[in-house]
Amino acid sequence: MNERINRLRTRSLAATPCLSDERARLLTDFYKSGVARTFPIPVQRAMAFATIMEKKKIYIGPDELIVGERGPAPKATPTYPEVCIHSQGDLDIIGGREKVAFRVDESVRQVYREEIIPFWQGHTIREKLFAHLPEAWKMAYAAGIFTEFQEQRSPGHTACGSKIYHKGLLDLKAEIGDAVARLDFFNDRDALDKKDQLAAMALAADGLIAFARRHADALLRMAESTADPDRKAELTQMAAICRRVPAHAPQTFWEALQTYWFVHVGVITELNPWDAFNPGRLDQHLFPFYEKDIAEGRLTRQRAKALLCAFWIKFNNHPAPPKTGVTAKESNTYVDFALINVGGVKADGSDAVNDLSYLILEVIEEMRLLQPSSMVQLSKKNPDRFIRRALKIVRTGFGQPSIFNTDAIVQELVRQGKTVQDAREGGASGCVEAGAFGREAYFLTGYFNLPKLLELTLNNGVDPRTGKQLGPATGQPSDFNRFEDLFQAWTRQLRHFIDIKIRGNNIIEQINARNMPVPFLSLLIDDCIEAGRDYNAGGARYNTSYIQGVGLGSITDALTAIKIHVFDRKTITMDGLLAMLHENFDGHDAFRRQLLDDTPKYGNDDDAADDIMRMVFEAYYDAVNGRPNTRGGVHRVNLLPTTCHVYFGSVIGALPDGRQSGIPLSEGISPVQGADRNGPTAVTRSAAKIDHIRTGGTLLNQKFLPQVLADDTGIVKLAQLVRTYFRMDGHHIQFNVVDGETLEQAKLYPDDHRDLIVRVAGYSDYFVDLTEDLQDEIIRRTGHEVM
Amino acid sequence: MTEGTLFKIKRYALHDGPGIRTTVFLKGCPLSCRWCHNPEGLDPRPQTMSRRTSSGEIHETVGRVVGVKDLINAIEKDGLFYDESGGGVTFSGGEPLAQPEFLEAVLAACNQREIHTAIDTSGYAPSAVLDPILPRLQLVLFDLKLMDEKQHVRYTGVSNRTILENLKRVDDTGTPVRIRIPLIPRITDGDDNIAEIVRLAGTLMTIQGVDLLPFHRIGSEKYRRLGMTDNTAGIAPPSPERVAAIRRRFESAGLIVSIGG
Repeated sequence: MNERINRLRTRSLAATPCLSDERARLLTDFYKSGVARTFPIPVQRAMAFATIMEKKKIYIGPDELIVGERGPAPKATPTYPEVCIHSQGDLDIIGGREKVAFRVDESVRQVYREEIIPFWQGHTIREKLFAHLPEAWKMAYAAGIFTEFQEQRSPGHTACGSKIYHKGLLDLKAEIGDAVARLDFFNDRDALDKKDQLAAMALAADGLIAFARRHADALLRMAESTADPDRKAELTQMAAICRRVPAHAPQTFWEALQTYWFVHVGVITELNPWDAFNPGRLDQHLFPFYEKDIAEGRLTRQRAKALLCAFWIKFNNHPAPPKTGVTAKESNTYVDFALINVGGVKADGSDAVNDLSYLILEVIEEMRLLQPSSMVQLSKKNPDRFIRRALKIVRTGFGQPSIFNTDAIVQELVRQGKTVQDAREGGASGCVEAGAFGREAYFLTGYFNLPKLLELTLNNGVDPRTGKQLGPATGQPSDFNRFEDLFQAWTRQLRHFIDIKIRGNNIIEQINARNMPVPFLSLLIDDCIEAGRDYNAGGARYNTSYIQGVGLGSITDALTAIKIHVFDRKTITMDGLLAMLHENFDGHDAFRRQLLDDTPKYGNDDDAADDIMRMVFEAYYDAVNGRPNTRGGVHRVNLLPTTCHVYFGSVIGALPDGRQSGIPLSEGISPVQGADRNGPTAVTRSAAKIDHIRTGGTLLNQKFLPQVLADDTGIVKLAQLVRTYFRMDGHHIQFNVVDGETLEQAKLYPDDHRDLIVRVAGYSDYFVDLTEDLQDEIIRRTGHEVM
Repeated sequence: MTEGTLFKIKRYALHDGPGIRTTVFLKGCPLSCRWCHNPEGLDPRPQTMSRRTSSGEIHETVGRVVGVKDLINAIEKDGLFYDESGGGVTFSGGEPLAQPEFLEAVLAACNQREIHTAIDTSGYAPSAVLDPILPRLQLVLFDLKLMDEKQHVRYTGVSNRTILENLKRVDDTGTPVRIRIPLIPRITDGDDNIAEIVRLAGTLMTIQGVDLLPFHRIGSEKYRRLGMTDNTAGIAPPSPERVAAIRRRFESAGLIVSIGG
């Protein structure tokens, strides 16, 4: 890392996340002024976006090579009062909480108190949702049966495709003009709506072009007053770049990076989509520029690396907007889930790994930043050198990059009806979610608590925490004669709550489609322009809704324990077991030991447990897959938790697998923490018993002790482990390489371990920033060692 | 049906031969090495071992009797990992040759399924036991401890004469072999002993390499849990410098060396 990159990185790491009122103020002033009152909603939204981009403060930091900040300074994080208004109490929580805090200055509080809160209270999307959602939905939500992604955030989840690298925003405006000209007012009753949408997209394009040109002006002014001739020349060149892009298509590597960055800032300023927009297949998009610039002598490998590092640091300047309540619990992190993909295959199916893929891996290794997240796509066609290089970074122990199976992702996407080319140009974004980049709006709608439903089943539909009849009365457990009766009752609970969730999803989708269009994002995603329809309203080529199952390992082990002990071996009666659960196993140590040590567990390649896992998966899949959403697409399943396994565990009492009340659930498709005792081949064999191809992503976490990977043989054999898991169609695997003692020490002495980064779920985080529950959960995960 | 007694099946074993392997630990050993780190492998019968848990100390049985079919099923589970990595199965112990009929039956089943096979042996077995086994193996991990016969008797309880003869038999049949040397300070790591082993290794036609196994204290806790006297108590791990020096001795004789197998 050269000196200037080191300075940039250090400054980014040192910046404190704080709340900025800039966006909220500009937005409020805009709506208060009344200039937009007579325009249709999409046009209003585009005008608001353009106003923010035209008026917000321009920040250009020392040493920067890529410019553009969402807030007035690095880590100054805006709010989105049109989606969710923070009360003064919320601001106190956000500013005062121990983990994932944002500094809230008195001036911000004052603006909130006097301007923002009075204007938006009663008019936010969040309030609209709660006004429309049925009582049954609210009860289930409050009980922790599911969460709701759109509760404080706007629909997100998509990655940028290749379009912005060969079309400037002016080219897209020309396409908009063509689409308007093609509107069929004779036969299409939506033609006028489409005209409004397209007009909004054009205005949004102008907004970002204005933002870039303001940077060009500012850079030129800086150049004039800079004495250092090198920096002066650099600033002048940057000004020229910002003058050209994103209005025009980029022509150089540097322009391509700056283009993406402006587009990124545009998307995350327009709204707060969870799972920030991300550049997707960065090595593929940039490679033509890289090759050409190097051939023509404009760029060296070293300079390309410096530019990439500067680009990386820009992501790190942008924490995810603050969350509160349940939403903070399900995604308790500063990470905004921009997941850069490296490797994989090209649209024609051939090996996509190139020199830039390796250069990006070097950048990941040296930057060692939480953001952006990074992953490698591994196809059977990619060379072993590629996966080994990636694992050598994994060995350094900060959880990145995670590893994805390209060949499985392509099959998953094709199964969902995408063309094979679109599938190959896709990848995984967010944590592990498969998508057709640049062409799909794949909304994650919320996490779903699979083990909680067993607790309801065992209490005949009553939630023991509240005593309320939450689910249907599916029978007294002591009346079940066979395991199948119990499983059927659980399936009824499952279907009942999936119905509630999907009904809610479809209401929420419509509220966002009508009230919260995203004309700027719509510019970028095919085929919103062609269809004249917004991204949030089904304008994308593919429109999917996901419900993310959580606690697969926990529910499997709990059901297995009941099957084995109550029905097969009859070591205990159902009532006896329920009494123990009620008492949280207090005074039942011996039986609890039997549950923990002498009961089949998922993750050990033991069909006695794994067959039940398959039953759970199939029931979940059947309940969700193919159910229509309101955007012309359907619901699908995936299995990932972010931090929600901790929250979901906190709302469940003792479970029959020996887990005590309140303890976190298993995460992703990983086994229950500490339950896997036959090593990583057994874990991957168990995990591969899921039909990954019918999901939109699964998450498998493995913890390795550093000595396993100390030598190159360890790397080679880990690569072979990954390859074998992928031969079995595994979707994703990621590794924590850190020993338990280090984690214990870090928990005790956080100040000495500020830099310790661990893999949580589909992302990495600073260990000391995690809540204590989550720290303990990670410590409990089984660490595979050598013998 | 032939049965055998095992005390562990270790999957994703990385140091018992090429690739990703499953190592099967057979119970029972005719030697009693002072430094043994698998004391639960000594007695051929299942025995009781204690374990500390959050709810106090509990007692578990270590060792179980299994049939050939069950063991083969367990070995075959990781077949795809063997295919991907060039791995297979290694029989260790204890002493795998101490259960010859069972071992041969399992090896025959592995051969039939084209699974790469290896044994990790002390080499202490009658030639009549070794001869039918050898053609069923793709690799022998052959332990050499002490070249001096008296010393060998003193520290392992048996003479090394049969062992050295057997090493020659392995070499004569052309079966690939790796020599494994436990480095026990002041017992096996002396200059003379190492020099003798280097000389012997140099005469072997089929040697693939040498694994140096520095003593570690992992086994120590197990003696207590088995209610056995810990003979390793006075032994300390060798210094990294000593291990490096021994490594150089072998390498200068043209042998490929790995530390820890």
